[in-house]
Amino acid sequence: MSILVDSNTRVICQGFTGSQGSFHSEQALAYGTKMVGGVTPGKGGQVHLGLPVFNSVREACAETGADATVIYVPAAFCKDSILEAADAGIKLIVCITEGIPTLDMLVAKEKCDRAGVRLVGPNCPGVITPGQCKIGIMPGYIHLPGKVGIVSRSGTLTYEAVKQTTDCGFGQSSCVGIGGDPIPGSNFIDILGLFEADEQTEAIVMIGEIGGTAEEEAAAFIKTSVSKPVLAYIAGVTAPAGKRMGHAGAIISGGKGTADEKFSALRDAGVKTVRSLADIGSGLSELTGW
Amino acid sequence: MNLHEYQAKQLFAEYGLPVSKAIAVDTAAAAGLATAEIGGDKWVVKVQVHAGGRGKAGGVKLVDSAAAAEEFAEQWLGKNLVSYQTDASGQPVHKILIEACIEFSQELYLGAVIDRSTCRVVFMASVEGGVEIEKVARETPEKILKTTIDPLTGAQPFQGRDLAFRLGLSGAQVKQFTQLFLGLARLFHDLDLALLEINPLVITAAGDLHCLDGKISIDGNALYRQPKLQKMHDLSQEDEREARAAKWDLNYVALDGNIGCMVNGAGLAMGTMDIVQLYGGSPANFLDVGGGATRERVAEAFKIILSDENVSAVLVNIFGGIVRCDLIAEGVVGAVQEIGVEVPVVVRLEGNNAEQGRAVLEKSDVNIIAATSLSDAAEKVVIAAGGAQ
Repeated sequence: MSILVDSNTRVICQGFTGSQGSFHSEQALAYGTKMVGGVTPGKGGQVHLGLPVFNSVREACAETGADATVIYVPAAFCKDSILEAADAGIKLIVCITEGIPTLDMLVAKEKCDRAGVRLVGPNCPGVITPGQCKIGIMPGYIHLPGKVGIVSRSGTLTYEAVKQTTDCGFGQSSCVGIGGDPIPGSNFIDILGLFEADEQTEAIVMIGEIGGTAEEEAAAFIKTSVSKPVLAYIAGVTAPAGKRMGHAGAIISGGKGTADEKFSALRDAGVKTVRSLADIGSGLSELTGW
Repeated sequence: MNLHEYQAKQLFAEYGLPVSKAIAVDTAAAAGLATAEIGGDKWVVKVQVHAGGRGKAGGVKLVDSAAAAEEFAEQWLGKNLVSYQTDASGQPVHKILIEACIEFSQELYLGAVIDRSTCRVVFMASVEGGVEIEKVARETPEKILKTTIDPLTGAQPFQGRDLAFRLGLSGAQVKQFTQLFLGLARLFHDLDLALLEINPLVITAAGDLHCLDGKISIDGNALYRQPKLQKMHDLSQEDEREARAAKWDLNYVALDGNIGCMVNGAGLAMGTMDIVQLYGGSPANFLDVGGGATRERVAEAFKIILSDENVSAVLVNIFGGIVRCDLIAEGVVGAVQEIGVEVPVVVRLEGNNAEQGRAVLEKSDVNIIAATSLSDAAEKVVIAAGGAQ
C-alpha cells in the first residue's frame, strides 16, 4: 500500500513536449513510472519519448486509461490545464508549475473540490511512492521504499527529510509536496488523513513553514484523528516579521502563523517537534523506538 | 506589490467609489497650489509610503493654510517615515497627498483578503474602525463581521446588504454600502488583488459613506496580466539589494546578523538560517538562489551577500536535486575567484554528485571550508564568523 500513486498508476503529462515536461517525463520513465502519454494541443498524433501525444486531456484519458496527470505548462495557462483535467474526469492532478495567480487557484481548487478530484500543488515537487511511481521533479535516487509518510510545503526541505529517513534505513511509504502557495490544492489535513488510513505508513513526518495557519489546523486534526506517531519541523523561526500593509492580514490570521505558534500547537497535539532540520532522522528514531 | 494610498484612491474613483478630492504632489510648492485647487479652508496632508501606522508616526496632519501644507511637505519630502509597520530605517517619502477635509461622525472598517483557510476571498467589516482595529479583532472577534465570496459566482448583492444591516446601517446607507461592497469585489477580482483595506470607511456629517483611506496589495504572480498596475510600481519603497536580487531571480531579504547564507529553495533557506541560530550564530540574510543555480547567478548572489558590510563568513548550502553538485561547486569556486571573496566560505553540498562536488572544492586553491553535514556546516560557519554570540 501507499497513498495517491503506486506501480499501477497510469500517468499522462500536460505540457509534455515542452522543455520541463520532456525533461521530467524522461526522468519519470527512467524511474519506472507508468507514463502512458502526454498532451500538447496542436501536436496530437505525434510520438514523444516513445509515447503518444494528444490534443486534449479527454482524448488522452479515453485512449490510455490514464488516472493521473502532471502539469508543467506555464503559470498563465495552468488554470485552464487544471480545469481541463478535472473536466476530463481524471482522479489525480499534480501541478508542478510555480507562479500561478492566486485568484486562478481559488477557481481551480473550487472546481476540483466540487468534482471530487484530488489536486496536489501547485508550486510543489510532486508526489512519489518510492520504487513504484514518481510524479514530479524530486530526485528519485534519494528515496527508499519504506514506512515513513512525508508531507511538506517546501521542495528542498522535503529532500532533506527524505535523505535522512533513507540514511536511517526507515524509507518512505509515499512523499507528498503540497507546495508553498497560499492556496494549495491539497493541504496537510488531506494528506495526513490518507497516511493515517494507509497500512504501509507507520509514522509521519510533516514539514511546515511560517505564514498562514495550515500547521495549526493540522495540529487540531492530528489531535482528534491521527493515531500514528507524527514528527514535525517548522522552518522560519529566525525569519523577521517584515514590513506589512494594513491590518487585514493580521485580523484574518488572528495572531497565528509564527513558527513558535506552530511549534506549540503541534506539541499540544502530541506531535514530536524538532528545532533543527538535521534532527529529523534521529528524532524519528526517538519517537518510534526504531 | 503594494500601491500608495493616492493610487488606491484613483482606482476607487475609477470604480465609482466615494473618495475625497485630492492631489498627490512631490514638491512643497505644489502642496500649496494643491490646496487652492481643491478649495475649502481645511485639508488633510498625508505622507505616501507603503506602510500603515502613518498617523501615529506624525505622517498625517490637518492643516488650514497653504503655508502649513507647504511646511508639512517640506518637513517630510526626502525623509523616511518609521512606523510600527516598517523596519527600523522606515520608508522614504517622495509624495504627499493633499486632500479635502471631510467632517464625519463614525469610523467603520472594511477590508478584503485572500483567506488561506477557507480558500476564499473574505470581506471583513466592523463598526469599530480606526487605528485600534487589530486590538478589536483580538479582544472582541465577534465585532469583526465576515462574508466569504464564492469563487465561481463572485460577490452577490445580498452579501453586501447582509453586512450593511449587521453593521447597523439604515436607509440610503444600506444601498450605498452594497454598491461599495460590489465595487470593491469587482476591483479585487479585475485587478488580481491580494489585499484591500479601507480604514476608516467613514459616515460623513451628511450621513454618506466615504473612503477616507485606501490600501491595496496586488498578487505578484498576476502582475504579468496587469500592465496598468505594473506602471504604478514604486521601486523606492523596496530595499535596494532586494530589488537588485529580484532582477537575477534571486530571492533576498536583508537581516541584522553577520553570517551570509546562500541556499537553494525558500524552505531550506529558512531552515538553514534557523540552524545557524541554533549553533549560536546570527544570519545576515535570507537568500534563495532557486532551482537553476548557475555560475553567473551564484556569482551575483555572492556580490549581493558581500555588499552587506556586516558579513564576516558565508554559508553555502545546496541540496542538488536535479542539478549536479559538481557544477554548483565549480560555480562557487569560479565566483569566489572572480570577485575575490575575502571572508571564509563554508560549503555544504548534498544530493546529486555531491562527492564529486566536494572533490572540486578540495582541489581548488581558494579558501573554501567543505562541510560534511548540515550540523557540521552550521558549526563551522559560526566558528569562522568569530564564534557564537
